[in-house]
Amino acid sequence: MTVAYNFAYLDEQTKRMIRRALLKAVAVPGYQVPFASREMPMPFGWGTGGVQVTAACLVPADRLKVIDQGADDTTNAVSIRRFFEKTAGVATTEETQQATIIQTRHRIPEQPLTGDQILVYQVPIPEPLRFLEPRETETRKMHALEEYGLMHVKLYEDIARHGHIATTYAYPVKVEGRYVMDPSPIPKFDNPKLGGCAALQLFGAGREQRIYAIPPYTKAVSLDFEDHPFDPGTWDDDCALCGASDSYLDEVIIDDAGGRMYVCSDTAHCRGRRRAGHVGASGAPYEEEGA
Amino acid sequence: MSEVPLLQVSGLSKSYGGRIGCAGVSFDLWPGEVLGVVGESGSGKTTLLNCLAGLLAPDAGRVVYDTRAGGPRDTLAMAEPERRMLMRTDWALVHQNPRDGLRMGVSAGANVGERLMAVGARHYGRIRGAALDWLERVEIAADRIDDRPSAFSSGMQQRLQIARNLVTGPRLVFMDEPTGGLDVSVQARLLDLIRGLVRELGLSAVIVTHDLAVVRLLAGRLLVMKEGYVIEAGLTDQVLDDPQHPYTQLLVSSVLQV
Repeated sequence: MTVAYNFAYLDEQTKRMIRRALLKAVAVPGYQVPFASREMPMPFGWGTGGVQVTAACLVPADRLKVIDQGADDTTNAVSIRRFFEKTAGVATTEETQQATIIQTRHRIPEQPLTGDQILVYQVPIPEPLRFLEPRETETRKMHALEEYGLMHVKLYEDIARHGHIATTYAYPVKVEGRYVMDPSPIPKFDNPKLGGCAALQLFGAGREQRIYAIPPYTKAVSLDFEDHPFDPGTWDDDCALCGASDSYLDEVIIDDAGGRMYVCSDTAHCRGRRRAGHVGASGAPYEEEGA
Repeated sequence: MSEVPLLQVSGLSKSYGGRIGCAGVSFDLWPGEVLGVVGESGSGKTTLLNCLAGLLAPDAGRVVYDTRAGGPRDTLAMAEPERRMLMRTDWALVHQNPRDGLRMGVSAGANVGERLMAVGARHYGRIRGAALDWLERVEIAADRIDDRPSAFSSGMQQRLQIARNLVTGPRLVFMDEPTGGLDVSVQARLLDLIRGLVRELGLSAVIVTHDLAVVRLLAGRLLVMKEGYVIEAGLTDQVLDDPQHPYTQLLVSSVLQV
């Protein structure tokens, strides 16, 4: 760690400001708390909101895990992990159960989280009503007065057009029976994990300057119609590497002839399963890296 | 007929800085009654309507509405959630330009269903059934239900706007130039439709227009406005056939005879 930075990059006053917003967000689940988002040494849209929330939560004893679309080894994840290694000097890990703070982009880890973990989401557009109602003054009023009929207009439109609710990511949820919230662009497959989760879930939107939260064991119900209930979706295939049938799968094109395989998007989960001896259709028995 | 007027307006005034929007407007609207408001452009008709419908906050005056649950209440003194609830259940507002009143980005069915969903309908099949029923009542073919309003003609858009407003069974409808910008044959069909719906559903309505033929057809009573003031009021036939105020006389004599 170099001494040129304050611990975790942000100055203490900024962290204090963010923590204050976080406390308010936890006190009012699903409510978008405005905060004075800072410029970070990365472009907006790369997770500046999540990074600021993580920076405000980190203590030297923490062990940080960063995932991007479930993977630990993609550009965004690697650069943010390195950022905190450099500026905070905290330990990092790729194992879900060993992490105390997990910053995520667009996934919730497959492994159930525990009460001593914090999950930090990177959020591009925190307002679930934004694409239906462009005026911020109006959406705030709609939240304040609990006027959420418009959200169902979107779902109605999906069914009318596609025969089913075609929203597959950023699927809106109602938190603790009050605020409708955008869970960030996680697949709807992950929505059932939002509610009743043991870990604290924090959402940071840097460009839009909003922070919101789902406290542990809080209800988060995916919106639906009585005759078109919420469906998290399933696959016909199992993971080709570890054989998991209950995880979120990525489709990987493997040749120019349309060949494809499905693999777990959560790389830590997949590795853990293979280490435990599970082998999928195209998988080889597990070997430690560098062995 | 009930004992209490549906809408009691007294001393309603709204000014824009030094300019008068409307001043000292008072009238009673009884259940099932259609009130026409006529006057030239800039006479304060739309200001009056927006003040009544809660879109503008008037400077002075009272708008007392006979609510279903609580009896007569001053809508201006109501809390905002209550007023907005009223606006999407018991009241309806038909804009002059259907683009202002419709959600152009979603299908006709979703437009009609929006109010239902806003008051808590969560059953897709029933919402769609209600939408189909209302499209039929305003003479829009059932196979257009999944088309966006942008694919509709302006007459159809206006009829869709009416369906969208009436789906929650409102008791009071505000209409701002409902036939503005439509050609005469489409106007005639629309007027026919509105007249039928008003009779059939027993609606009360305030219709703002500059078209005397529209009020002659639809309205039982008439207010004539000029420069923000009501200068003449009475039964429609009486005002149009025997106008007293010089301006009303001018207005009536200005109508082109074919």
